[in-house]
Amino acid sequence: MDKPKITEQTIWDILNTVPDPEIPVVSMVELGIVQDVQLHDDESVTVKMTPTFAGCPALQMMQDDMRDALMDAGIKRVEIKVVLDPPWTSDRITDEARQKMADFGIAPPHKLHGKTDGAMIMLMEKPKCPFCESGNTHLENPFGPTLCRAIYYCDNCQQPFELFKPL
Amino acid sequence: MTTISPEALTDLLFRLADDELLVGHRNSEWTGVAPIIEEDIAFSSMAQDEMGHAQAYYTILHEQLGQDDPDKLAFLRNPDDFRSALLAEMKRADWAHALMRQFLYDTAEHIRVEAYREHPFEPLAQVARKISGEEKYHLMHARMWVTKLGNATDESRQKLQDALDTLWPYALGLFEQPQHEQPAPFDENTLRQQWLDFVCPLLQSASLRPAAEENDGQWTSTVAAKTGRYGKPSDDRLDLLNAMQQVYRIDPEAEW
Repeated sequence: MDKPKITEQTIWDILNTVPDPEIPVVSMVELGIVQDVQLHDDESVTVKMTPTFAGCPALQMMQDDMRDALMDAGIKRVEIKVVLDPPWTSDRITDEARQKMADFGIAPPHKLHGKTDGAMIMLMEKPKCPFCESGNTHLENPFGPTLCRAIYYCDNCQQPFELFKPL
Repeated sequence: MTTISPEALTDLLFRLADDELLVGHRNSEWTGVAPIIEEDIAFSSMAQDEMGHAQAYYTILHEQLGQDDPDKLAFLRNPDDFRSALLAEMKRADWAHALMRQFLYDTAEHIRVEAYREHPFEPLAQVARKISGEEKYHLMHARMWVTKLGNATDESRQKLQDALDTLWPYALGLFEQPQHEQPAPFDENTLRQQWLDFVCPLLQSASLRPAAEENDGQWTSTVAAKTGRYGKPSDDRLDLLNAMQQVYRIDPEAEW
């Protein structure tokens, strides 16, 4: 039987099965961390990825997970390049991933559409509580359990919850 | 396009990277012992961010300017070769001191990275554009606490004022004259003026008095900067690097 032909779309599909280490319900591709895929031939590929936050401690793990997934699919040479430009923004998170995040219990970031004037403004738009969907929430702490999350409190159902930070 | 010598870029990148690495380490000293858990998390997160920024700057030094790899620059370089400012090096004191240092340091970093977004050395401009989004959260934290505590009780205001009086000359030292000056508007004098004009009104709105005078919206410090990036390293730098580097130096080839 002939080997199925590997295309750039195949690579994107494989990467779309690799979960984010910190929010495992969404994939690297859905988070917008993968910037570009270049297939050189059937056996070698270059993936450009960009971190959410520069100091993200999961960066090495993400590279290893992507490399493992591609090598398991028979790609022999995988190069993963970490780039900072253009900088990642939370607007790169897909709509499906936003819904999965909310179902997982983390409020997704609202869309910035390029308006990143100040963190104050970015955090002032009250997120909906992922548990009861009330908008009656307030910011507890702009920093949370990981670099990319802030802590809010829902004044309706009296639950603390996390917001994926707009960036 | 302006060309800047590799020596000038190397000097600047070491200043930026070393400040971030050392202040990040100082912030991390509050992990587990900050007065409330939210601040424990905040200082730990900011420490992690600053370490990430240090790594980005060291990576430029390694990939573009022929220096050693980032781990070796951080963990094997001698204290004399660090270009950090005294403000970043100062050992941990009380909580007011920690908050005021964070305020002075991160306002200065904010001014700097906003300027460097347009720096002619493209690798630096790229990192600045990446960092500037993250720094907004540090700035928000600093402004919120200084404004809140400055306008709370006499005791909280006085503690912040004492910390400000102590730290002000060291904060000015962030803008110490470099060995190789950058072209305007990226030179230290321009950045220091932008920082003064930004930070003094914020301190006033927190009922605090910086040692500075205002004339037609332009602020001038009334005290001299304490400088220490070049020459003999401070005792605080020596202590910090000894703590940070000792494990790595036991076996630099170890796999982690």
